[in-house]
Amino acid sequence: MKAVCWMGVGKMSVETVPDPEILNRRDAIVRITSTCICGSDLHLYNGFIPTMEQGDIMGHEFMGEVVEVGAGVDRDKLKIGDRVVVPFTIACGNCFFCKRELWSCCDNSNPNYWMAEKLLGSSPSGLFGYTHMMGGYAGGQAQYARVPFADVGPLKIPEGIPDDRVVFLSDIFPTGYFGALNADIKPGDTVAIWGCGPVAQFAMRSAFMLGAERVIAIDRFDYRLRLAEEGGAETINYEQVGDVVETLKDMTGKGPDSCIDAVGMEAHDNSVMYFVDRAKQAMKTETDRPIALRQAIKACRKGGTVSVPGVYGGFDDKIPMGAFMNKGLAMKTGQTHMMRFMKPLLDRVENGDIDPSFVISHRAPIDQAPEMYRIFCDKKDNCTKVVLDPWADAKAA
Amino acid sequence: MNPKQRWGALIAGGSLTLLGLSRRSASGLALAAAGGALVYAGARTKLPDHFEAASSLLLNCTPEEAFRLWRNFKDLPLFMYHLESVTQIGDGRYRWIAAGPFGSPLRWDAEIVDERQNELIAWRSLPDSEIEVDGYVKFRPAPAGRGTLVIARVLYRPPGGAAARAVAKMLGKDPKFMMRQDLRRFKALIETGEIPTIDGQTHGPRSVATAAMRLADPDRPIRGDAEMREILNAKRRIA
Repeated sequence: MKAVCWMGVGKMSVETVPDPEILNRRDAIVRITSTCICGSDLHLYNGFIPTMEQGDIMGHEFMGEVVEVGAGVDRDKLKIGDRVVVPFTIACGNCFFCKRELWSCCDNSNPNYWMAEKLLGSSPSGLFGYTHMMGGYAGGQAQYARVPFADVGPLKIPEGIPDDRVVFLSDIFPTGYFGALNADIKPGDTVAIWGCGPVAQFAMRSAFMLGAERVIAIDRFDYRLRLAEEGGAETINYEQVGDVVETLKDMTGKGPDSCIDAVGMEAHDNSVMYFVDRAKQAMKTETDRPIALRQAIKACRKGGTVSVPGVYGGFDDKIPMGAFMNKGLAMKTGQTHMMRFMKPLLDRVENGDIDPSFVISHRAPIDQAPEMYRIFCDKKDNCTKVVLDPWADAKAA
Repeated sequence: MNPKQRWGALIAGGSLTLLGLSRRSASGLALAAAGGALVYAGARTKLPDHFEAASSLLLNCTPEEAFRLWRNFKDLPLFMYHLESVTQIGDGRYRWIAAGPFGSPLRWDAEIVDERQNELIAWRSLPDSEIEVDGYVKFRPAPAGRGTLVIARVLYRPPGGAAARAVAKMLGKDPKFMMRQDLRRFKALIETGEIPTIDGQTHGPRSVATAAMRLADPDRPIRGDAEMREILNAKRRIA
């Protein structure tokens, strides 16, 4: 089959590799019909998260049709021919954490638990195509994928809804929703969101669903800010204002009630701190650039909540803990507990509350994946979200 | 001698030897000899006289379920990857076969010396065994019915020489780590019915270096491990 392989920092390549096989009793094989490039894939593309290996198959946002199931899969839950969206987190369904619906903290799905344990104290769930530290599972930017614990994660999708509307249930829609939920929004609140990428776009729309009165979105790309405006947000282009924190104070009078950092470890800024963080990253004395997080903590109103759906990898410097403590803030974060949100959000899509396909800016055959990574990384050609078709050539032929 | 001292001895001894030899005199020769002695001391590694593998983990099951799986000794190799087989040879007596170096198996016979239903199993090697092995596993209900704490400890006392090297090889650099890995697999097996794996999954072309390292130790992607060490060292430097 064809698969997008990580061949080194900044090097993606479409390779022909062996088809995946069932390795465990509760595995299934999915023939992928749509697969996407996620902003978090760019952290791997740029080499900021350790334990990738040359030849690893990328991708964790995919859907398709079940073509094979292992002997241990509960047939009432999943069978051959089912059309499914596969969540990016892998969960066993039986451990302490799964039983409490903390699906992304599953205790049993990461075969390389010890690696994450070393770095993080304990390991979150295994993830598709996201480093050996997170399990080393082959990802879904391919024609087929092996899905472990297949009777827990995959969500069945009725026929008749196009892939474009449901494929984002695999990650970014629930992740944006979880980001907004973690912001503890009360009716009438003002919410500030750092970043206007796909997760942020879903977070702002979710914030309105959860009762926010005002949403203020911060980015530097006009085309992304426009997309935020279409979603009802007011916008700040941080390259055009002097100080984001001051601007937010002026706009709200007291600071936003909730702040959402949907940027994560590779933030940009035009301040001195950006270059300090960059230099530290280059010297490997700091793994992340927590610029958005620092601003979110400083801007948030007293007693407010900071939610962090943005991905962080390791160690971060100059986090304003003084502000965090003395202002009495709360912080909530985590990889998304996917299975809590997939079905309710599918219902919203079916009801017509939201059509998630609005974020798609590019559709391409899988062969063009390396080029798509490049333009997505460089924010060229107004790139917001890329959906890849693994079978485009076969269809054309 | 700890690793730092050993490297110190190797480097200092090596330098002294070279310096001594380069002088081409009697005193130089003495210096070289002293350096050589230091290198010898550095290169000689003394094996410990016992190895302890101990760890514990919280399982999301009852003590009964955990006890039942562990008590079935012949299934231990399912989650203890250094074991090849455990077979019953008599009443409460078992023959354990582990993978030693170069495919030569390491064997010992052990008997159960204490057993309390759903609480404890303890075993000890029989007197005529190649190596002395002492082990126990305890199952304690966690507070508020939140699962079962499994506590396992195995002590290996090889008679020295080749047997000590074989045990050292079997247990790897860190016996505690190995026990933790065993318990983690035990936990996955008991909670989910299987052990998570990526062994044998598809992938793209590996570099020669990656492929070689994977062959040497499939559990440890060296590149990642090295980078993680860099991060941690960096953080330690800052602290």
